[in-house]
Amino acid sequence: MALDQSFVGRSYPSPEPYLVSREKIREFADAIGDQNPAYRSVDAARGLGHPDVIAPPTFAVIVTSRASAQVVFDPELGLDYSRVVHGEQSFSYARPVRAGDRLVAVTTVEKIRSAAGNDLLTLSCALATAEGEPVATVRSVVVARGTAAGEG
Amino acid sequence: MAATIAYSSVEVGTELPAQSFPLRRVNLVMYAGASGDFNVIHWNSRAATSVGLPDVIAHGMLTMAEAARVLTDWVGDPAAVVEYGVRFTRPVPVPDDDTGALLEVSGRVTELLQDRRVRVELTATAAGDKVLGQARAVVQLA
Repeated sequence: MALDQSFVGRSYPSPEPYLVSREKIREFADAIGDQNPAYRSVDAARGLGHPDVIAPPTFAVIVTSRASAQVVFDPELGLDYSRVVHGEQSFSYARPVRAGDRLVAVTTVEKIRSAAGNDLLTLSCALATAEGEPVATVRSVVVARGTAAGEG
Repeated sequence: MAATIAYSSVEVGTELPAQSFPLRRVNLVMYAGASGDFNVIHWNSRAATSVGLPDVIAHGMLTMAEAARVLTDWVGDPAAVVEYGVRFTRPVPVPDDDTGALLEVSGRVTELLQDRRVRVELTATAAGDKVLGQARAVVQLA
């Protein structure tokens, strides 16, 4: 069954603010095997003009995927999570994520469509500090394989 | 922001230094822990093959993060990557051996933009298959 188009435009409030720590940034950098000192040394980050260590470009997904889970697991929407794969991902930054940030992410359902028997859901997360400074727009497309069968 | 590459030094067609990233099971386990993505298809062969995958596959976001290294190592300051987007076109199977998979990533400037920014297109392959589609970034140069 195709997903309900009336969800397009619906927004989900941010979970509790996510506090970005130097240790979490370093753990993430270790996991992606990236030795860049901007992720590890406050002095190196300051040398580049940042007030504290910054996070790798894809780090924000930790925060936004937690926010988007509300949509993906919304029983009213009825997405079959066992069939979900990640189709696309993009980040557009106003500034890098950095240690000390308290981040909030408001998720909006941007688009719902069916293609080749799959349901495609486009989510847009507005990432900002809890104080209201915009940080990034993070878009993802999740694909539920085979769930739109019979859509014609 | 402190990009080390000058806008005046690049043109359409400028190649970014290519890099190769080995992906072994341990890297997937580390990424699962750091990211909180514990989907079983990234660590359990039995679960992966039961849904039709050839083996455990790398997280798409891990592939995307590794590919970004070609951008951030080139430009110096990771914050110079102001836009970055990909499509996940093919999974990257990571066998349970000492070699794992090898992700090979290259990049090329495809457009000169305003405000000393450039568009870069990345090519990411594993075992000869293109694993990312429309892998594009906007990078702020000096």
